[in-house]
Amino acid sequence: MSTHLTNRRRARSVSASRAADALPARGRSLSSTLAGWLFLLPGLAFYLVFVFWPIIQTAWYSFYDWNGIDASTWVGVKNFVKVFTDPVLLGSIGHSFYLVIFFSLIPIVLGMIIASLIRDIRAKAVSTFAQVCLFLPRVIPGAAAAVAWTWMLAQDGIVNQMLSAMGLGEHATSWLGNQHTALTSVGVIGFWLQLGFCIVLLSAGIGGIDKSLYEAASIDGAGWWSQLWHITLPGLRGQIAVCLTMTVVAALASFDVVFMATQGGPGYSTMVPGVMVYRLAFTQNRVGLASALALVLMVLVLLVVGPLQRLVQGKEEA
Amino acid sequence: MKQSLSVRVLGNLTLAVTIIFSILPFVSMFSAAVQPQGSMPHGIQFTAHPHWENFAAAWKVANITPLLISSAILVLVVVPVVLICSAMGGYAMGSLHVKGGWIAYGLLFVGLTLPFEVLVTPLYYEIQSMGLLNTRWALILPMIGLNMPFGMVWMQAYFSQMPKDLIEAASIDGANHFRIFRSIQLPLVVPALSSLGILTFLATWNQFLLAVVLIDDPTKRTMAGALQSFVGQYSTDVVLLNAGSLLIMAPTMILFIFLQRYFIKAMLDGSVKG
Repeated sequence: MSTHLTNRRRARSVSASRAADALPARGRSLSSTLAGWLFLLPGLAFYLVFVFWPIIQTAWYSFYDWNGIDASTWVGVKNFVKVFTDPVLLGSIGHSFYLVIFFSLIPIVLGMIIASLIRDIRAKAVSTFAQVCLFLPRVIPGAAAAVAWTWMLAQDGIVNQMLSAMGLGEHATSWLGNQHTALTSVGVIGFWLQLGFCIVLLSAGIGGIDKSLYEAASIDGAGWWSQLWHITLPGLRGQIAVCLTMTVVAALASFDVVFMATQGGPGYSTMVPGVMVYRLAFTQNRVGLASALALVLMVLVLLVVGPLQRLVQGKEEA
Repeated sequence: MKQSLSVRVLGNLTLAVTIIFSILPFVSMFSAAVQPQGSMPHGIQFTAHPHWENFAAAWKVANITPLLISSAILVLVVVPVVLICSAMGGYAMGSLHVKGGWIAYGLLFVGLTLPFEVLVTPLYYEIQSMGLLNTRWALILPMIGLNMPFGMVWMQAYFSQMPKDLIEAASIDGANHFRIFRSIQLPLVVPALSSLGILTFLATWNQFLLAVVLIDDPTKRTMAGALQSFVGQYSTDVVLLNAGSLLIMAPTMILFIFLQRYFIKAMLDGSVKG
């Protein structure tokens, strides 16, 4: 019945569009513009009031010295100078870039290798089970992942237990409580959060690559590495860009994991901009400085994401 | 064309290792959670007599019942509103090609990869001046706004793929914009909407930063946000801490395992299109 209806509609639509042409064009477009904006209004209103306006205000606050209660004083770019000169604040930005290695680079490189190794695994049961396991870290809240790993990395945790079992007991330490190992340990948590997702996404991408390319390459005697390099890698450009975008943003803007696992400590050894913004704004009442740091963080994210987006779009056009 | 045997063996092996790595933290939490209360567990240990009653105790001290209700209220308000607003906005931009729609699209695009830290401070003072601090609205209203960029851009992509003559035909039949939207276009984007629903559910249920900042009372927070106060109180009690944390994680994990096909599809599509 529905096809019937569609056909009838289609038949009418020809005469209809003619009739529509006859209507005064301006009146029609004005009413449909109005209707369109009415449709946009509710969602846009929520967005403008609770997202866009606060961003504008962050920019505004960042030029002031304000403790959140008393009158604020204009300080020009002083807050930004502080962000780029204060060792703790600048260090937090540095830490977030260090985390990119663990949140982003290692999961994507390893994900690529694993995804191309399991190219032939098509057994449905295996792949469903594997996907569920690999996705679990992404489904739970980041804060919960931090709790799980805090226990794994504790003095009595499984990590030290495994080290002892391998005869490396002397390296056991309280991983998150040690100045020298804390930041890398946070990185390992991020690695755990991102790896499975990268594998599944890249694996899905490999599924979309033309099989005959691999056949042709094998016939030409190309080895596994050269297939990875010349067929898989170029074929996954879009997926890699997507993985990069998501994981880099997760690293630079990390909050949940660090806040729950270390609070930025010990000392400032795992301090990241997200936690620093929270601390400055809500425990030290330095709203202006917090806003300046937040703004710098946003610009950094946009600077990294912008070129990656072009890479994704470039792939879609091709 | 099969890959060589050695590659396949290596592939299966690495996959197995990765799977074990992915679920190890859960196993380690579970192992600690079923040890006798008050004991100091070590790593992962086998227990002949798991202390299941720890979960009952943790259920009480972690306030799971009020938390479940609170999170459910949040999700039940946020997800439908996000779906309706996204569908309407996506329709306006993708199907109606509303004049000046690019302004809306541009504004929303800014919000797509936004770190929440950027807006949390002003948001706090905004919510405070509205008198909503420490109420559920403090979380509900911003969560709707924060889901809009992705939601509207996502729906826009689907509506713009819709055949044009469908709208034209209906508008000749005398249907107004709202009827075209409701009875003709909306049914066609149900799959996209259900994926968006899943992603919005996850984003809301797992929201941490806003919950911690905007609501002091843990029982009005999200499950994730409540974890912060729970860990603060029981950080020394490893057994109870792990049992409680597992309970807090359980709802999403159970839902995910039952609906895994839809979750995985939504998360993969969501990342590629978003």
